[in-house]
Amino acid sequence: MVAFALSSIFGADTTEELDLSGAWKLSLLSELPIGTTGVVESLDLPGEIQHHLMHMGFVPEARVVVVRRAPAGDPTVYSIDGFEVALRRDTARSIRVREYEAK
Amino acid sequence: MSSCCSTETVDFPLEPRVAGKIRTVALVGPPNSGKSTLFNRLTGLRQKVANYPGVTVEQRVGRLNGIGRSDLTLIDLPGIYGLDSYSEDARVAIEVLHGQMPGTPVPDAILLVLDSLHLRRQLMLAAPVLALGLPTLVLLNMSDLMEARGGSVDSLALAQELGVPVAKISATRGAGLDAINQFLNRKAEPEAPAPTRIELPVVGNPRSYRQWATGISTRTRYKAPLSSEWTRRIDQVLLHRLWGPLIFLGVVFAVFQVVFSIGQPLSDGFGEILNGAGAHVGGLLGSGWVESLLIDGVWRGVASVLVFLPQILLLFLFIGVLEDSGYLARAALIADRVMRSIGLNGKAFIPLLSAYACAVPAIMATRTIENKRDRFATILVAPFMTCSARLPIYMLMIAAFIPNKPLLGDLLGLRAAVMLSLYLLGFLAALATARLLKSSILKASSAPFILELPQYRLPTVRSLGLRLMDRGKVFLRQAGTIILAVTLVLWVLSHIPFHSTLPDSLIGRLGQFVEPVIKPLGFNWKIGIGLLTSVLAREVIVGTLGTLYGADPATQSLGLQAALRHDLTLGGAMALVVFFAFALQCTSTLAIVRRETNSWRWPAAQFVYMGILAYIAAFATNQIILNFVH
Repeated sequence: MVAFALSSIFGADTTEELDLSGAWKLSLLSELPIGTTGVVESLDLPGEIQHHLMHMGFVPEARVVVVRRAPAGDPTVYSIDGFEVALRRDTARSIRVREYEAK
Repeated sequence: MSSCCSTETVDFPLEPRVAGKIRTVALVGPPNSGKSTLFNRLTGLRQKVANYPGVTVEQRVGRLNGIGRSDLTLIDLPGIYGLDSYSEDARVAIEVLHGQMPGTPVPDAILLVLDSLHLRRQLMLAAPVLALGLPTLVLLNMSDLMEARGGSVDSLALAQELGVPVAKISATRGAGLDAINQFLNRKAEPEAPAPTRIELPVVGNPRSYRQWATGISTRTRYKAPLSSEWTRRIDQVLLHRLWGPLIFLGVVFAVFQVVFSIGQPLSDGFGEILNGAGAHVGGLLGSGWVESLLIDGVWRGVASVLVFLPQILLLFLFIGVLEDSGYLARAALIADRVMRSIGLNGKAFIPLLSAYACAVPAIMATRTIENKRDRFATILVAPFMTCSARLPIYMLMIAAFIPNKPLLGDLLGLRAAVMLSLYLLGFLAALATARLLKSSILKASSAPFILELPQYRLPTVRSLGLRLMDRGKVFLRQAGTIILAVTLVLWVLSHIPFHSTLPDSLIGRLGQFVEPVIKPLGFNWKIGIGLLTSVLAREVIVGTLGTLYGADPATQSLGLQAALRHDLTLGGAMALVVFFAFALQCTSTLAIVRRETNSWRWPAAQFVYMGILAYIAAFATNQIILNFVH
């Protein structure tokens, strides 16, 4: 559906991910609801911050789980490679992900 | 407190480097992987450790005494994620490893410390570090915790994959450290084994690092421990939308309440012992000027500060538990909304929290903040946070002037509440100042907040004990040096000219000279002298008051608290603590700000600004209490 339409537009990269089975759609990390998983597509942040995040594991194809939001609703705790890191919405908004919808 | 962050210096061996011979070893690893704990183990030195990333911001050097290799030098480096990071602390590590740090030789070998609870990601750092081509030993730290919590990894397979030896260790327990000795001895032999060829990913590409690391952890059958499950469950409560902030407040209340309800009797008892000892020695000396100098002058002054040791240790016991367990990172998360609303960098939170102990290491810890303007703003507001040097004067005044009444039942007493308000006052002043700076001279775009949440750990008795011992030593050293010297000088000045009464002595005349300036705040001339001497360090005021009231015949027979009640109004007493909440009475802080900002302009402006604020706030406090209370 929409997800498929999107994935055919951004098809080039996603075809190799088909073995992960499930429907994908493009989204921003900040928009993913709690408990969902996203696969990092790209980051668009100032150089040093982007660099820092990538060395922490936020690289394309990495899976990010949205764990919980802080009591005030922001920042949000994400889990990547088994460790947890909190990002403010402003930062998470600059990370594009493909949302994974489990069957 | 200058002594709270002193480092022991170690000279590097001057002999030229010999191939295959190890002289200098560097500890490398990601933030919060336990390098400093291991450093302390291996060298027998003490440097600050806690369960959150970014505690070490400078290279530290020590001899490998802990494993009997005092001929070798160990360098502890700040945690890094890669070898091309940007922040100041990461740059230090990278410069040392590349041999670009003046005065520090290129390390001959590397101990790569990885946290085995998060091995998959931590392995990403192995790629650039192994690419340096130095003899390397990979240490899987906290492997006892990993295995106890159901994780596992095939360390032999890992050694084959990486082409270097791998050892499982536990830095907190000191287990597995003989592997380090074996590694160092083996590498010291001239015929080092030919390096195994291994595949390393493209240098400088995090994506390929990650693929490489994931591949290796799969092939070595790495199974992450289940502890993250527990951490998540605890966080469900501690970061709960409603319970989270409530528990946070409850924790803060409880800490202050216990410092008073349990700490105060301890301090009082300790004070009686100190006074008893003084009286006993005084009795042996007989009455004369020696007795007057030693007992009424020096001992009264020094003891009046020493009395607070139990309460300060108790407070640091709590801070230690909060730091080592990993709760502080959660507190940072809860408080981030406030930090952001004033435009402070999210990373500023941890330095500001550590400023509750002492502003000096806090100001050094701002090096983790990449943005220079954000860093300066944090440096400038850090001294507003209530450091432990303010505690003696707070506790003295509160015990002397605030009745011991319950406020919220058993949860919070009036004394604890006043103490809490003073902490809050400092915090609010920091926020307001930050806001002012960020909207004027230090304007910068909002910086991101990237905070790693460490897994919860049970604090060890050893680590808490070491912390308290260090804190106690700092406090005692301060009392034995600066405060001792100041009380000596004060006693002499209060007896010149000979046979003069206290108001006619040199110190009395100096005090009366400054008195008109501080009279509107409700202070007398003795407080004025205290304000002058406490520019050296805040706790000096208590020693000064102890000596001056001890030298005054009118109050000599009273305890310090009673003497103060005899001499000051409630307004003056509260104005004094408010003054200390704001004023920058600390030469060590001024010196470190000068060093970190590279100019005298910043510390001078900070001193004047905080001084003016202190004066105005103390004046307002005194006037309000005079006019509206009673």
